[in-house]
Amino acid sequence: MSSTITEKILAAHAGQKTVKPNDLLEIDVDVVLSNDVTAPIAITEFRRVGVKTVFDKDKVVMVADHYVPGKDVKSAEQAKFMREFAEEQDLTNYFDVGCGGVEHALLPEKGLIKPGDAVIGADSHTCTYGALGAFATGMGSTDIAAAMATGKIWVKVPASLKFVYNGRPGRWVYGKDLMLAAIGRVGVDGALYKAMEFTGEAIDEMSVDQRLSMTNMAIEAGAKNGIMAPNQATLDYVRSRTDAPFTVYASDADAAYEEVFEFDAGEIEPLVAFPHLPSNVRPISQVGTVPINQVVIGSCTNGRLEDMRVAAEVLRGHKAAKNVRLIVIPATQEVYRAAMKEGLFDVFLDANAAVSTPTCGPCLGGHMGVLAAGERAVATTNRNFVGRMGHKESEVYLANPAVAAASAILGRIGGPDEI
Amino acid sequence: MILKGKAHKFGDDISTDLITPGRYFHLRTNLPELAKHTLEDADPDFVKNMRPGDFVVAGGNFGLGSSREHAAIVIKLSGAGAVLAKSFARIFFRNAINQGVPAIICDTDLIAAGDELEVDVEKGEVKNVTTGVVIPAKPLPRAMLNILQDGGLVEHFQKNKGFRLD
Repeated sequence: MSSTITEKILAAHAGQKTVKPNDLLEIDVDVVLSNDVTAPIAITEFRRVGVKTVFDKDKVVMVADHYVPGKDVKSAEQAKFMREFAEEQDLTNYFDVGCGGVEHALLPEKGLIKPGDAVIGADSHTCTYGALGAFATGMGSTDIAAAMATGKIWVKVPASLKFVYNGRPGRWVYGKDLMLAAIGRVGVDGALYKAMEFTGEAIDEMSVDQRLSMTNMAIEAGAKNGIMAPNQATLDYVRSRTDAPFTVYASDADAAYEEVFEFDAGEIEPLVAFPHLPSNVRPISQVGTVPINQVVIGSCTNGRLEDMRVAAEVLRGHKAAKNVRLIVIPATQEVYRAAMKEGLFDVFLDANAAVSTPTCGPCLGGHMGVLAAGERAVATTNRNFVGRMGHKESEVYLANPAVAAASAILGRIGGPDEI
Repeated sequence: MILKGKAHKFGDDISTDLITPGRYFHLRTNLPELAKHTLEDADPDFVKNMRPGDFVVAGGNFGLGSSREHAAIVIKLSGAGAVLAKSFARIFFRNAINQGVPAIICDTDLIAAGDELEVDVEKGEVKNVTTGVVIPAKPLPRAMLNILQDGGLVEHFQKNKGFRLD
């Protein structure tokens, strides 16, 4: 029987030869992730389950990233609660302030995700890791508590949707735009419960950073997971970061898809998702005049080194408009150091940007750039729901790092061709 | 289980940011306090008008966005007997069941704000007492029904020492 990459990984982790959509499986998981928002509930539920120690101290991963460095006393207490649990359980992979960064940028960097893995995390953007050829999906804290105790979780095998990107993207068009095109096409529930599988020339030739920014937003179409067969760049990336063995899976040529969506990558413009849904996309040529107050460049979607380079390329020699606050947040310590060594911080600082330590911060309206009523931001993040970055009467426009940087200079939403 | 209560109606795409706004997350160590703001940005009077056992009734894709289980917990703490929607975002769907809150998929266009409802969870049936219409609900997968009947995932684990899928 022919299978998709998602079905093959799930079958392997359930100890079965094959599986089909809608099968209920109990699978072994390779990584169980949580963060300073979701770990406290997971830990409390874990203790209620009545198990003393986690199933594998190497595989239960915790990252302090959402409200760190400590936003306020409550945030500090939550982080402390998680830290003490990590110490008590002697977790190998606990990442605190100064040692980590935004989880979904961090775990691939640390070599913790390999092709063929099954990963679950108490964070909806856990689907990011599909870019490395892994099955990865977000769940709530109680599911994570169960997996922390047993190393197992139940899943329903998703049907797969195939997104084929033919041709090559043009100038200033990135994985972010290809993904927004998909979300715009199918809608915010167009892939509900399903696997989004990305293929085609544009995906095969894409950098690891851009691939990760695509699968990151699979949840924004309601998907269970986003996934890509590893390309050479991905295999080189993983091998440079871990010595652990892994299995590379790919879909059979005659695997069954519920639906196939085709795109001509060369025809896709930089896209902007208008409030208040990520599916509300418009090409940059059709945004009209939208004045802005803030630009955020960072997050688990676009806070990686390539994103920093793209932003710097546009910002070099320019300043943010007088009425715009430009906030740049490298997603991890590694990205931070690399950006600094390459001189990108000089470019950002010359542009009057505030360069922040790694944090999820403003993406979820936490801190480090929360919006007031009536304010508008262009952000390289993943969500623009009502109230996402602060006041419920504020607005978030999602875009790639080049558009975000150009918009900061222009003081309104615009593309780098205008600079 | 048969549940009875009144419908509180919401539209499509109610996100977890609308259910538990990030700006109230400083209250997340105090869930009853956080619950006072449940769905506040979608309906400022929701908590005030809610009576124990009433239902949250929404359109499509309820609970999209963040994995924060707080969203399911505050709805439970607000007293809701169940959440009814045309469809649920998948993480919220699991979270609700794991918290012991029935998440019922049915045609909610047949329910208006204030309608009295009777929900038979096992049978998969919603009776609109106000209009007399009986609305079929999509059956829950066995694994989820098992968890719900045990009162939530932790209770399910305490009882079965693991998942029971059949």
